[in-house]
Amino acid sequence: MMDLLLASIFQQNLALSFFLGVCTFLAVSERFDTAVGLGLALIVVQTITVPLNNLFLNGLLIEGAWGWAGLPEVDLTFLDLIAFIGVIAAMVQILEMTLDRFAPLLYRALGIYLPLITVNCAVLGGSLFMAERQYSFTESVTYGFGGGVGWALAIISFAAIRERLKYSDIPAGLQGLGAAFLVTGLMSLGFSAFAGVTP
Amino acid sequence: MADPFSLWRGFLARPNDDKFKIFGIATLVALVCAVAVSVTSVLLRPYQEAHVEAERQAQMERMLDTLPGLRGLMQEAGVDSLTTRLVDLETGAFVTDKEPGEFDARAAATDPEQSVAIPSEMDVANLRTRARLAPVHFLERDGTLQLVVLPISGSGYQSTIHAMLALEADLTTIAALSIIEQAETPGLGNRIEDPNWLALWPGKQIADDTGKIVISVVRGQATGPYEVDGITGATRTTNGISAMLRYWLGDHGFGPFLTRLRQEGL
Amino acid sequence: MASLLRTLTGPIIANNPVTLQILGVCSALAVTTSLVTALTMSVALTVVLCLSTGIISLISKHIPPVIRLIVQIIIIASLVIVIDGLLRAFAFEISRQLSIFVGLIVTNCLVLGRAEAFAMRNPPLPSILDGLGNGLGYSAVLIIVGTIRELLGAGTLLGVTILTPASEGGWFEPLNLMQLAPSAFFIIGFLIWSIRARWSDQIEPPKYALKTRRDAR
Repeated sequence: MMDLLLASIFQQNLALSFFLGVCTFLAVSERFDTAVGLGLALIVVQTITVPLNNLFLNGLLIEGAWGWAGLPEVDLTFLDLIAFIGVIAAMVQILEMTLDRFAPLLYRALGIYLPLITVNCAVLGGSLFMAERQYSFTESVTYGFGGGVGWALAIISFAAIRERLKYSDIPAGLQGLGAAFLVTGLMSLGFSAFAGVTP
Repeated sequence: MADPFSLWRGFLARPNDDKFKIFGIATLVALVCAVAVSVTSVLLRPYQEAHVEAERQAQMERMLDTLPGLRGLMQEAGVDSLTTRLVDLETGAFVTDKEPGEFDARAAATDPEQSVAIPSEMDVANLRTRARLAPVHFLERDGTLQLVVLPISGSGYQSTIHAMLALEADLTTIAALSIIEQAETPGLGNRIEDPNWLALWPGKQIADDTGKIVISVVRGQATGPYEVDGITGATRTTNGISAMLRYWLGDHGFGPFLTRLRQEGL
Repeated sequence: MASLLRTLTGPIIANNPVTLQILGVCSALAVTTSLVTALTMSVALTVVLCLSTGIISLISKHIPPVIRLIVQIIIIASLVIVIDGLLRAFAFEISRQLSIFVGLIVTNCLVLGRAEAFAMRNPPLPSILDGLGNGLGYSAVLIIVGTIRELLGAGTLLGVTILTPASEGGWFEPLNLMQLAPSAFFIIGFLIWSIRARWSDQIEPPKYALKTRRDAR
């Protein structure tokens, strides 16, 4: 389980190895505090949705899941994409409402970035990988948590670098987005070094 | 009795924050999309499966084409396709009470009644379960074995890779490797389907003199008959191929079958 | 008419989805290792974009705001699944190249982004043109990156050898970096630099300017 956790954070980092959620990664990382907020929110969403989707997949979608109703040959796996997206959107909505009720300061600080998580390809990607690799429930929890931590780690480090970049004297055309792309490329090259690490 | 048209227009005329309308639109969109997806999936499935089956046949044909002289051998033996038989993987013996044509290998791998769980320390290819039986394909001539083809599969980088491994009569030399199905990274991992790379496999040995399975894909250039050149940028995919070979040629895969075949012949 | 033309051509350079709006970046990395996959993905995405913006624009007036995101997502996802199914049934060869990208198109922020930003509040024809324009802008970036990566990473273009690699007896030593995804980031970064060198209105103002002694005086 530890192997899976470490692998999902470093060797299979959703942002820097698979390049999922890069749009939000680039767009939201200009300020350190918003990046931290988004990263934490993503960890929560990922840890909840990957196991939930696992239950959904194994309980309702795969072949044989409807055996109890007398329909053992029904195979609904082609609906997995829509089902996962539905679960994720619902989870984010619930999280929004929970935060609004119990942690209004955090809710206001996150602002628009919370609904942005619904469309973050990293969240859907995590669930799709879980389905592809046929993880068990406990593995899904570990993978969800690890995947979220990895993405959060990536965006927080990136935001820290960009905050420093603000004070650098770079050519006008590279200012902002151009430099962000170059830095992300360098970061992902760095992370690819983990690929050879075997526990 | 109000007619459906005006009911519909009335529904649409409701304001967008009206609870009834919210539920109504949500249900409607969900229903329409679900029906569209389900109907197309069900209607199109036979066409899709026909293509997949044709592709599998074509793959077999293509692999047979890459083996030099095989077509000639087949003609001499008077056959135009390979014989398929079912093997019990645990004992390595042929199965006589089931027809290969009725056996769905992919379904059996996940059906709890037709499969066994793979102990995690042996599960290098990350398959979790494997079917108890497996189809193997032969070319025999006058009772002697010329070629045996084994279907293998395993976890790649981001997809499950299905392949066929053809072994020569000595059951140690590789005649060919053919990739049937994969969904690895385009331009990187999916180069395992590149004929130039697959052409590196014929002639390699799967096991050393002690019988230990040592065939693997290395990083960079291969240095001997037990190694195959790697593909830059596709290390994880090719590691999956190595793991797959090691599993299926090992004791939990076709190992017992190959041992029995070596000792007893066909 | 002029505004329709602007809707179409705007996203190609002035408001390019990848280099300015930061949409659709994820897929620009994985599929640009060769030109043919970049082209396939471009065409597929443009088709989905036009269809989805058209459909969403048609029903936009009746989508309640609280569920609009999920409604858009469901429509886009269903569209992609249906198109993929049709391709797998009737154009099997092309679908084999595309099936991997299907997942990428569904989560592509570009499709959802344009649906939310434009299709929800504009009539169908301008929405479809906006979809087409953004698709073209996206394709332009993908084709540029794909060309550079394939040419410098393998010496070929669309499979045709242009620069004979050393392994086949030529002079060209392929740049292995081009085959790794980070190279796409570098290429796009430099692409942004070149675009902004020419169209300087896209340059972002510096957030912090060092005060020199001259300013202090």
